[in-house]
Amino acid sequence: MSSIATRDAYGEVLAELGAENENIVVLDADLSGSTKTSGFAKKFPERFFNMGIAEANMIGTAAGLAAAGKIPFASTFAIFAVGRAWEQVRQSVAYPKANVKIVATHSGITVGEDGGSHQAIEDIAIMRAVPNMTVIVPADGMETKLAVRAAAAYNGPVYVRLGRNKVPTIFDENYQFVIGKGVQLRAGSDLTFIGTGLMTAQALAAAEKLSEAGISARVIHMPTIKPIDEEIIIAAARETGAIVTAEEHSVIGGLGGAVSEVLCDRFPAPVKKVGLNDRFGLSGKSDELLKYFGLMPEDLVAAAKEVLQRK
Amino acid sequence: MNAKIEELKEKARRLRIDIVRTLHHSKSGHTGGSLSVIDILTVLYYYKMSHNPKDPKWAGRDRLVLSKGHAAPAQYVALADCGYFPKEDLKMLRQLGGHLQGHPDSKGTPGIEVCTGSLGQGLSMAVGMALALRLDSSSSRVYAVLGDGELQEGQVWEAAMASAHYRLDNLCIIIDANGLQIDGEVAKVMGVEPITGKFDSFGCHVIEVDGHDVEALVKAFDDAERIKGKPVAIVARTVKGKGVSFFENKASYHGVTPSDEELPKALECLGESCDGGEK
Repeated sequence: MSSIATRDAYGEVLAELGAENENIVVLDADLSGSTKTSGFAKKFPERFFNMGIAEANMIGTAAGLAAAGKIPFASTFAIFAVGRAWEQVRQSVAYPKANVKIVATHSGITVGEDGGSHQAIEDIAIMRAVPNMTVIVPADGMETKLAVRAAAAYNGPVYVRLGRNKVPTIFDENYQFVIGKGVQLRAGSDLTFIGTGLMTAQALAAAEKLSEAGISARVIHMPTIKPIDEEIIIAAARETGAIVTAEEHSVIGGLGGAVSEVLCDRFPAPVKKVGLNDRFGLSGKSDELLKYFGLMPEDLVAAAKEVLQRK
Repeated sequence: MNAKIEELKEKARRLRIDIVRTLHHSKSGHTGGSLSVIDILTVLYYYKMSHNPKDPKWAGRDRLVLSKGHAAPAQYVALADCGYFPKEDLKMLRQLGGHLQGHPDSKGTPGIEVCTGSLGQGLSMAVGMALALRLDSSSSRVYAVLGDGELQEGQVWEAAMASAHYRLDNLCIIIDANGLQIDGEVAKVMGVEPITGKFDSFGCHVIEVDGHDVEALVKAFDDAERIKGKPVAIVARTVKGKGVSFFENKASYHGVTPSDEELPKALECLGESCDGGEK
């Protein structure tokens, strides 16, 4: 399977779902070409609502559609869905447990040239803190399609975090995605990488490099940040004794925070969090930015060696 | 019709008494805005809306969104009186263990459609409901009740824009324009006038009415239903605290409940003696 951007996979599966379930409706805030909801809009114009550059109203309208029995998917860039419309997400969607799916694209620094103002690096933390909210960060196109299908089948608020750029393919059509379940992608005994989104591919590359140096790294992909798979984390800590988390997000409150909370509560173990170190992004090419902010496989190798010292 | 109007007026008076008693008992809640909106809610629940208290989720019902959710006591007394839940529940308003939250909560209270009270958000939800009902070819209508202070929230105008863009003639927006908000007069805190001109320019059909004139409200809601191709905004001019003379037009009674000393006087204003008998 060729590599595609998670947003492209979203556009494809949304159009499929539209044909399968006439209760599915889609809202966008003037970014349908970028979020890829335009495919659904072309096929089902009567069930697509462009709300203009007005994200607060888009989220509230989605909540109203859900209250009247529809399954709304509301899409825009992550910075606007989570940032601009946060209180609407809390009050109109999460508080009533409305059946709204917020699928945000252009998350993290790989937004690239648009720069730090448009790169959401706090969205996982913000959404994870809201009661009733499920948070999913797929790693590739196949997982995106399965996660969006799972979100549609689930009754309640879901936040799905997608990216702008093509990402390596990890999963094939035999993959079973389950909300709340982590997936072990590589066996290992010396330490465990826990990655989410595009950072899982970086973790797999880092584990390969470490094996050349005789270090055996387990790799777990964690697509659901909330509810997080506590058992797979605790088993990894028990069996490998050290954890490195990897996310295209601030090290505060995201995957690293969630993993640390689980371990602090139930099985204390050394953790090194790799992500953005409490700083905003910058304009640049996405590959350059991943290097600049230390999100490359070699950075994960260095983090692994550091955490091994603390075992 | 005249008999119906008299019946609605009497119903509004009884519901005002329920509001005063409920808020006196809870010692927490918003008195002024509940009393300003109750004639509007009375006409909606007892005259205009199709609804079924025995089947709150009946698909054919009209929907009411009380966006100015701090006036929840007004909606709660009407819902209880209609039979959505026992009147006894009103004694647990804002209390742990009761279902009547400080602001309307669809999770626990029959007859409440969505969660409101964070001002500015209700009209968006009403727009979503109206879009969904139209997709389903339903003849049900959506009524969204906003405060005039609430119009300071930008989201209201995003939603108003969308309601006209999508030609939602199954949506009726009601502004309970009592002219006061927590910090004082709306005109002094952050002026929102001309309200009628604003909704008109946003693409709504505007009707201005005395929000305590039951007959005028009946006519306004009937007229609103006949407007096609655009939403209707009814700007209801009201008096905060209406019906209890010493509460009227006082911003200080926004979030204050009747004290033990004020209760008999308030009930007297409403033609009721404190022991519950008619005066």
